[in-house]
Amino acid sequence: MSITGTLPHTPKQVADRRARAPHTSMFTRMLLRAAVLRRRRAAAALLAMIVAAAVATAMMNLYVDVQAKLRSEFRNYGANVVVVGKDGQSLPDDALAKVESATGPGAKALAVPFSYAVARTNDGQSVVVVGTDFTRARQLNHWWKVSHWPHDPNEVLMGTLAANIVSPNRQPFELTFQGKVVELTPAGMLQTGAGEDSRIYLDQSEFQNWTGVAPSTIEVAVNGTTPEVETSIHKLAQLLPSADVRPVRQIMEGEANVLNKTRATLYAAAALVILTSALCVLATLMGWVFDRRRDFAIMKALGASERLVNGFFAAEAAAMGAVGAILGFFIGIGIAVWIGRVNFHAPVVPRFSVFPYVFAGSVAVALISAILPITMLRRIQPAMILRGE
Amino acid sequence: MFPRIVYESFRHQARRKLLAGIAIALGVAVATAMIAVATDIGDKINRELRSYGANLVVTPQEDTLDVEIGGVNLKPPSDGAFLNEADLPKIRGTFWHNNIVGFSPMLPVTVKLGSGSSAKDVTLVGTYFNKPLHFGKQDFTTGVRITHPWWKVSCGDGRLEDSPAACGWPNDDSQNILVGERLATKLAKKPGDTLDVAGRQLTIFGILSTGAAEDDEIVAPLALAQHILGKPGAVRRVYLSALTKPQDAFATQDPNTMTPEVRDRWYCSPYVQSIAFQLQEVIPHSHAEQIRQVAQNEGAVLSRIKGLMLLVTLAALFASALAVSAAMATAIFERRVEVGLMKALGAGSLGVSAIFFAEALLLALVGGIAGFSAGALLARQIGRSIFNSQISIEPVLFPVILAIAIFVTFAGSAAAIRRAVKFDPVFALRGEG
Repeated sequence: MSITGTLPHTPKQVADRRARAPHTSMFTRMLLRAAVLRRRRAAAALLAMIVAAAVATAMMNLYVDVQAKLRSEFRNYGANVVVVGKDGQSLPDDALAKVESATGPGAKALAVPFSYAVARTNDGQSVVVVGTDFTRARQLNHWWKVSHWPHDPNEVLMGTLAANIVSPNRQPFELTFQGKVVELTPAGMLQTGAGEDSRIYLDQSEFQNWTGVAPSTIEVAVNGTTPEVETSIHKLAQLLPSADVRPVRQIMEGEANVLNKTRATLYAAAALVILTSALCVLATLMGWVFDRRRDFAIMKALGASERLVNGFFAAEAAAMGAVGAILGFFIGIGIAVWIGRVNFHAPVVPRFSVFPYVFAGSVAVALISAILPITMLRRIQPAMILRGE
Repeated sequence: MFPRIVYESFRHQARRKLLAGIAIALGVAVATAMIAVATDIGDKINRELRSYGANLVVTPQEDTLDVEIGGVNLKPPSDGAFLNEADLPKIRGTFWHNNIVGFSPMLPVTVKLGSGSSAKDVTLVGTYFNKPLHFGKQDFTTGVRITHPWWKVSCGDGRLEDSPAACGWPNDDSQNILVGERLATKLAKKPGDTLDVAGRQLTIFGILSTGAAEDDEIVAPLALAQHILGKPGAVRRVYLSALTKPQDAFATQDPNTMTPEVRDRWYCSPYVQSIAFQLQEVIPHSHAEQIRQVAQNEGAVLSRIKGLMLLVTLAALFASALAVSAAMATAIFERRVEVGLMKALGAGSLGVSAIFFAEALLLALVGGIAGFSAGALLARQIGRSIFNSQISIEPVLFPVILAIAIFVTFAGSAAAIRRAVKFDPVFALRGEG
């Protein structure tokens, strides 16, 4: 032990201070003094512990939370469930309310009603007119490229193809449905690259006043895992016996596929990172324990039992693991939140449920890295160690 | 003397050197594997995103309105313009043909089921299932089995299990059809039954389940649909599944307003817009458009996953750098006595440091090479088990990884070496501290 830094106290002062200090057992005092006297090495070992625990916490948090984050990202693909009246019939009036009650409020499903009719223009061209709720449709279908959403009465959203044929100059036009004529004003253009381009979208209540046709389709974006979505489908089917409730397979299967691959990659990455940081801790802590073989030898030379020495080093390692785990856990949560904000623009919810795993893992790794060098040292005579061999 | 000290150090402390070397190799392996996975993940996920189906659609330029509700087409069948089937193989001649995973032509025809007063209108869609085509010297197959991976064909109640050849996906040049599952239930038909379609007796080869409008329709080989319509070679629209680059501000610019140089750069980027532009060039009188539901979202999903893997890779690099420096620090700290002896014999700080750095360099080189190979294997294993395809390692990565390994080893050793050199040889030799 180095005596280069001489103590700034006279022996009397030290004795006084020790007499005044609360009585602690020899065991605790040895633990504390060991940490204080070799604070640099102890700090290095603790730092490794903290970093490993932080990285492990961040990876576990991400692994759990990223799936939820990606799922909500996948909801931008639109509805994953459709409710359709059987044989093209209209749905009951309370269908939308029922759909929302069955899938919400916790899961926060977004349901958009659609009703369809074929109307004729003044020159006899047939065109599909759709009644919907614009506010909901806008939330559900992020990919719709809309130049301007309708606000005023009799304003419509024109699919690009429909606009070119029905109202090439974007002038108001007339449509006839079963003898009833309405005059409509194009508010904006809708472009999707799919069937929507050849349709005209009108507000649901105005549509119903004109045609008398109630919604026949409700598109629903149900949040959650595949089993959760399936449960919702089942619930909806029971609530609405007059309707067909179907999953949109294109969306469901695509999502499952991409999500599974991402999850597997993240899992492999997390495992590698956690393994590496555990090894880092193992190397550092083993060094720190091995380095104290003289303490070990002195304790044994003074007559400490095998059990006491083992217990001492184990307690020291466990304490270091515990402190490192607690500090590392909070830093790790911070890293996970930061990654969530940077990558998903939404904070990752801290998962305190991973704490027991991080804690147990840290203590276990710390114990292993204490026990390995001790078993090696036990075979050597204390005298040899004290002689510096 | 210098090489001998280094050599003897490795010879006599083989176990310690091995431990440090293993730590470096592990750190480098993890770093290599993560970098390889992170650089390749975009491409891999892009391919997985193709399970959402086509992201481009080609229609005739003079397209007419679709009057279709719930899979029932209310428009006269021969109305409107068509694309020419003979032009389709030219899709393989576009600049980005390697990015085009597959394409499927579609020709919807309204047909009468049955005859007399019980006849009813049903939509029959002609398409390719898995059609062999060739363009120039290339042979390839394409069809809905590639572009619409969620379409499932079943054999109904499994009645035909003993003769599997008579059930499944029909051949593209056969007269066999698939019937949508809801339509099949309505008609009470099973695979193997015949169906009176527009006055022809066609054999049902399988029940199609798609979760969309096709469940109420009949799907047939394209040639059969053209024959029923009486327009050989006609195609209503073509769905294309292409690997694209996430869209940015540059992608949405109008190519006609660009300078030739900028236009070349735009043309040679696999944006969905530039692929659409090239399709319009090869298919006469056509209009190519992105399917926004698929095309707009894949960029967002892709960049999220790429960003995530990048951050995770940073974490992995950080953890492995730490592991390497921890191992080096421990290894050097254990050799204070040696340092003390060397200094007592008159070695300068510089000389002692040089020995340690030389050893670190050797360790980093050996560990780096071993770790790089192990990391390459690891990345390959990850690619094979998760994505069923190779993750290739760029050879460029090797010197980069080696340089990083040497840098991290040096950085990790520096502090420990400085401390070891500064340590008073008297205390070190007495075995204190």
